Amino acid sequence: MENRFESVEQVREGLKKVHYLSDDGIAGVVFLAQRLGKPILVEGPAGTGKTQLAKSVAEMLNARLIRLQCYEGLDESKALYEWNYKKQLLRIQADKNSDSWSQVQDDIFSEEFLLTRPLLEAISSPDPVVLLIDEVDRVEIETEALLLEILSEYQVSIPELGTITAKQIPMVFLTSNNTRELSEALKRRCLFLHIDYPDMEREKEIVLTKVPDITQNLADQIARIVRSIRQLDLKKAPSVSETLDWARTLMLMGIENIDAQEAKDTLHILLKYQTDITKAAKELSVDK
Amino acid sequence: MTVLDLMSGFIAELRKAGLPVSLTENLDAMEAVKEIPIEDRQAFKYALAATLVKSNSHWRAFETIFEVYFSLRGPEHQIPGEMTDAEAELWREEQEMQQQGEGAAGSGGGMDSLTPEEIAQMLMQALMNGDQAMMRALARQSVQRFAGMEPGRPVGGTYYLYRTLRNLDLDNMLDKLMEANREQAAQDLTKLEERLEKDEFESRIEQFKQEVEAEIRRRLVADRGAEAMAKTLRKPLPEDVEFMHANKEEMQSLKKALQPLTRKLAAKLARKRRHGRRGPLDFRATVRSSLSYGGVPADPKFKYPRPSKPELMVVADISGSVAAFARFTLMLVYAIQGQFSKVRSFVFIDGIDEVTDYFKSNVDISDAIHRVNTEADVVWVDGHSDYGHAFEVFWERYGKDINPKTTILLLGDARNNYHASSAWVIKEMQKRGRHVYWLNPEPRSYWNTGDSIVGEYGNFTEGVYECRNLRQLEAFVEKLA
Repeated sequence: MENRFESVEQVREGLKKVHYLSDDGIAGVVFLAQRLGKPILVEGPAGTGKTQLAKSVAEMLNARLIRLQCYEGLDESKALYEWNYKKQLLRIQADKNSDSWSQVQDDIFSEEFLLTRPLLEAISSPDPVVLLIDEVDRVEIETEALLLEILSEYQVSIPELGTITAKQIPMVFLTSNNTRELSEALKRRCLFLHIDYPDMEREKEIVLTKVPDITQNLADQIARIVRSIRQLDLKKAPSVSETLDWARTLMLMGIENIDAQEAKDTLHILLKYQTDITKAAKELSVDK
Repeated sequence: MTVLDLMSGFIAELRKAGLPVSLTENLDAMEAVKEIPIEDRQAFKYALAATLVKSNSHWRAFETIFEVYFSLRGPEHQIPGEMTDAEAELWREEQEMQQQGEGAAGSGGGMDSLTPEEIAQMLMQALMNGDQAMMRALARQSVQRFAGMEPGRPVGGTYYLYRTLRNLDLDNMLDKLMEANREQAAQDLTKLEERLEKDEFESRIEQFKQEVEAEIRRRLVADRGAEAMAKTLRKPLPEDVEFMHANKEEMQSLKKALQPLTRKLAAKLARKRRHGRRGPLDFRATVRSSLSYGGVPADPKFKYPRPSKPELMVVADISGSVAAFARFTLMLVYAIQGQFSKVRSFVFIDGIDEVTDYFKSNVDISDAIHRVNTEADVVWVDGHSDYGHAFEVFWERYGKDINPKTTILLLGDARNNYHASSAWVIKEMQKRGRHVYWLNPEPRSYWNTGDSIVGEYGNFTEGVYECRNLRQLEAFVEKLA
């Protein structure tokens, strides 16, 4: 496997070019995953850029992103492959009289009749791809086993066809919102990356990159207020995406300098529970 | 020592601290170390973490052990108080500024010639300006001067930390900083600005504290060696912290650990309820799915029964030492109250009071807990636990509300101060309700010793469970719903 990255620094620079600001941890783990050929399990609070990381890495590598959205009840016919039953039926009916049965049987279980689903598609693609398995914690623990073969060996075994091995090793990202404990077997096969809320400096940088035309001063204020709000004991702390929404709103309103009243009026963009809003307004002593 | 030796000691220590590190993870870590040079400390740390730590709640433990084992490597290698050139340079500059400012005479030698007051003054300056390099230099200097560390002295790091910080008067630093800031500002700060400034200073002070801690740790490791040091620093993981003996800091980490736990529990319980058993054939769904098999019902679908949710009554002792446990259990129960059809809660010491109203859905849970502690009317005579009286009153007032769907949860250590037990109430509860469980935060070996009569009550319950930490509490709640 060729090395796509030279150093951690290069990963960080590359990500920055596609407007994703990483920190030491993120860039380091992406670098390592590529070197060791291992999937990354990304965990952390909602809205901190877990899915975006996979998208940005794909963009950086100029690779196609293949996404598997997990949900309860996901099974192998949705994740791995499925036989194209209708086409097989047509094939049988089309030349009912000519071929011998064994011929037909060999035929209908060939790759032509195979419908590839995201996982199979990712490893059978000749070009580099990034595979994103989103919200892996939503599938049942039994379904997780489907992923194990592809994650450790980069291959899929199909009983009728044999084993399909990867033409190139894709970069794999699994994201989890931690609604349940993932199985040991899955965790063991992955590198673990926890993305937390960014610190103030990084958040400011993120706002500056993602919101065009924003002033240094406003970005600084936004980052500081958000940090103060996150320190409160809230039901749901504001995520990075909410910070960005807030920044954009303030830009649209043409606000240069946030004062208490404006902060209070726009708090509902950052916080989604009424109790949280009341609390934050009180704590920031803007609710008089 | 080679990296390999260091790594094996490091991983052994991780396992001792309770982190589950498997053999393959160990091998992965070794592979990772090859790719990333040890000199790049941050990247090295994250590389190890990615391969060895698979849960965020273990991060703290990992970080501590990492610092112990690898703090003597990398650029900070020079230990005893000697400043690097860059730091010395910075120091001199700062010093000159000081002298000009105060007009004080004196030869600006090294840091050693300064009085403690001057050091405190400089620290304040550094904190005001957020000067990182200066803060680091000052952290070193103050540890060297104030901690009074002696080689081979069997004292923990916290003692030195306390000594250092006391000498710097860090407790009042925040007020002083705010004061100075107010004077400096051209116009009056608004409330919002003031608040933001305060948070900024707080985080800088916290950062300085960590610098001091790191410095102390570095010196201790140099003195005693990594292995001995790691042993003294070993702390239980958040899920293993005992409720009854948690200190303030551990309480915080417990509280943090509780939130993801409740989400996990709620998801698990909801799932369990749905997938418990198979029910009768779902004709409609079967016909629908048969269409893709040409009308042959090859894949029968079943209805899943939706069992009714249990009703829950929590009766908790909130006296003294068991209060923390009751608090956590109440928080946990209310965080997943969607899994029960109704939750009612009662607290007692020697009197009993219903506190269900405090938890009405949209109120903040910690607020509610606070109200429980301050407003509930739980003292009848002297404010010492009297389970017998509390139970009798409970039966009198609320006993009629217990129905065959009710699960009753009794929380407490059953240390009854030798009062009458009134265990008959529990017996009646069991007759009328669905389940009665008792959760005891004490270690099993203490049960039925002294004035504990948990056995007497336990006879009439379906089980007495030891609930000393989050792990045990979680296991119990899962069984409950």
